[in-house]
Amino acid sequence: MSNSDGEPVASAKIKVVARDVNVFYSDKHALKAVNLDVRANEVTALIGPSGCGKSTFLRCLNRMNDLIDGARVTGTIAIDQQDIYLKDLDVVQLRARVGMVFQKPNPFPKSIFDNVAYGPRIHGLAGTGAELEEIVVTSLKRAGLFEEVKDRLNEAGTGLSGGQQQRLCIARAIAVSPEVILMDEPCSALDPIATAKVEELIDELRQNYTIIVVTHSMQQAARVSQRTAFFHLGELVEVGDTEQIFTNPNHKLTQGYITGRFG
Amino acid sequence: MQVLLVLLLLLALSASLYQVGRSRALRAAGGRTGILHSLPSYYGYYVALWCGIPAAILIVAWLAAEPTVLRAMVINVLPAELQGLPPARLSLLINEVRQLASTGDYRFASGPETKAVAEQYRALQGISFKAMVAGMLSLGIAGGAFALRAVRPSFRARNMVEGAVQAFLILSSVLAILITVGIVLSLLFESLRFFAIVPLNEFLFGLSWSPQMAIRADQVGSSGAFGAVPLFTGTLLISLIAMLVAVPVGLLAAIYLAEYADPRFRAVAKPLLEMLAGIPTVVYGFFAVVTVSPFLRGLGASLHLSVSSESALATGIVMGVMIIPFVSSLSDDVICAVPESLRHGSFAIGATQAETVMQVVIPAALPGIVGGILLAVSRAIGETMIVVMAAGLSAHLTANPFESVTTVTVQIVTLLVGDQEFDSPKTLSAFALGLILFLVTLALNVVALNVVKKYREKYD
Ligand SMILES: Nc1ncnc2c1ncn2[C@@H]1O[C@H](COP(=O)(O)OP(=O)(O)OP(=O)(O)O)[C@@H](O)[C@H]1O
Ligand SMILES: [Mg+2]
Repeated sequence: MSNSDGEPVASAKIKVVARDVNVFYSDKHALKAVNLDVRANEVTALIGPSGCGKSTFLRCLNRMNDLIDGARVTGTIAIDQQDIYLKDLDVVQLRARVGMVFQKPNPFPKSIFDNVAYGPRIHGLAGTGAELEEIVVTSLKRAGLFEEVKDRLNEAGTGLSGGQQQRLCIARAIAVSPEVILMDEPCSALDPIATAKVEELIDELRQNYTIIVVTHSMQQAARVSQRTAFFHLGELVEVGDTEQIFTNPNHKLTQGYITGRFG
Repeated sequence: MQVLLVLLLLLALSASLYQVGRSRALRAAGGRTGILHSLPSYYGYYVALWCGIPAAILIVAWLAAEPTVLRAMVINVLPAELQGLPPARLSLLINEVRQLASTGDYRFASGPETKAVAEQYRALQGISFKAMVAGMLSLGIAGGAFALRAVRPSFRARNMVEGAVQAFLILSSVLAILITVGIVLSLLFESLRFFAIVPLNEFLFGLSWSPQMAIRADQVGSSGAFGAVPLFTGTLLISLIAMLVAVPVGLLAAIYLAEYADPRFRAVAKPLLEMLAGIPTVVYGFFAVVTVSPFLRGLGASLHLSVSSESALATGIVMGVMIIPFVSSLSDDVICAVPESLRHGSFAIGATQAETVMQVVIPAALPGIVGGILLAVSRAIGETMIVVMAAGLSAHLTANPFESVTTVTVQIVTLLVGDQEFDSPKTLSAFALGLILFLVTLALNVVALNVVKKYREKYD
């Protein structure tokens, strides 16, 4: 296999393969013939000016576009060689495999514990109460939130600070042991300290998950990602190792965006 | 009619003074409108208000005081023997005089003196009217002139006019509040009169209700019983049945409309459902009496159950139908107010639509839904027409929905319909019932609105 630049992919395992993906919102052609390979256990950053289709592409990967009236997706997307747009594919199972963290923290109006336990309960992942507790605690620990909330697991998740809420949402997403985690500007509503924590977390999560993160911050992309994909007006302009994209981009548009000439 | 003409005259006067004030301001500015503190029209309004408001107050005060003053003047000129009449007779006489004077037709005067007095009264009225118009005109012009003197470019006419508008608005709202307070106070005082006759605890805890009072002291059963518990239980029973119908149906309809329905279907179904709320309650009552009650009775008979033709069940069911749109539209509002991001969060974990609705949306909307249900309960408790038509009149203390019960509102209606003395305990008890009803619905509304408000704050 090779990535969209045609260069051979090194030993790294490919987790997600998108081929000729087009998305239409009613008549609007929002994503145009996107080909992208995402490597397992790496962080891939999606960058590009506002409205270029980053969120749209992200939503293709867990089929959240199904929820949008008038949205239509063509092309193929496969995760572990399995086409996720097959007719008889179980979307519920797909979304358990592909978790998502949103731009604005959206904890449910439930206790911290129940927020994290929500997914495992729905998918029947825990046989006993002790198992469930085990899952919740591990997820909170992985999300780096456990120490801060261990004494108030029964308090409302909505009572946490913005940064804590976002980490709670990450814990909620990893509680169902997904393989891929999609993050749409996960730090845009957070202050620098909370952002630093989440970035650190993303870097740690890479051990166990494949992560795709949309960001508007060049520094963030440079800090957390191994691979970077640059989108422009619905097209994937360039994808490559983060270092290469930021130091020596192949495309003029990429260069312009990175150096802040537009976007 | 005459008063209307006078007011029109005042309006015309104010309007012309508006022009005067406006052109005065323009002249004072000498063509440079920029140096005026306010727009020219504000100076006009300022002058017009100074002309109109004092004069209007004068008219209102004049009209309020006129009858009393004229009465005193007429009594003074009455012949001595008429002056000495007892107060009740005197009032009667004055009323006749006023009647005659207002028509100007003395053919039916009860005597020559009355006719003379009436003529005099009419003459006085004429003088009074002229004096009033003269007073109004001079006060209006004086006010306008006073205001005109203040018109200078630096004068802050806009602030003054804004102040007057604000004062008027405050006055209106104060008036509305005062009327409400007045109604509540009269309810309270009449109730206190009732509780002076029937002790409060007998009223609140007594188990038997038969508010008949003796016409003669020696009549059998002369002392009525004023224990309101059967009315409270009857009200609760019917309201409970109504809520058992309205809450599930209304809530499920709201969930379907808000979460599942196609937007096009929703656009049709929601107004249709809300139309149920526009049906006059008397039609519901009719429906209860003519359709539901006989049906339930027939059904009961076929099951060897005795169902009263005025059963609490029939009334409650129909009342529940009436409340459905209330519950559904309030619930629909709160469900739609649950942020979309919560639904997406749930879907993104792989929850199905039903799981999302039951475990995320409904819990999030619950406080609002509870608030809406409480409002619906207060609606059910205060509902009158359906129960008057379909529920019974006699106060049974029972929890059996097949029997007939009566409610607080029904009793208030029956106590006050027809000719009544307004100081018998029977009549006064209606006020006490009204007070209880008012307090209960008020409490429910306050709690419900607070719950809804708290809920709104959470997501705004
Ligand atoms: N639900 C929708 N209905 C119609 N058009 C949409 C919808 N969502 C996105 N679009 C359009 O699709 C294009 C891509 O949108 P998308 O949200 O993917 O951009 P983005 O790169 O995520 O931008 P941002 O950085 O501002 O989040 C935009 O032109 C947008 O207007
Ligand atoms: Mg976006």
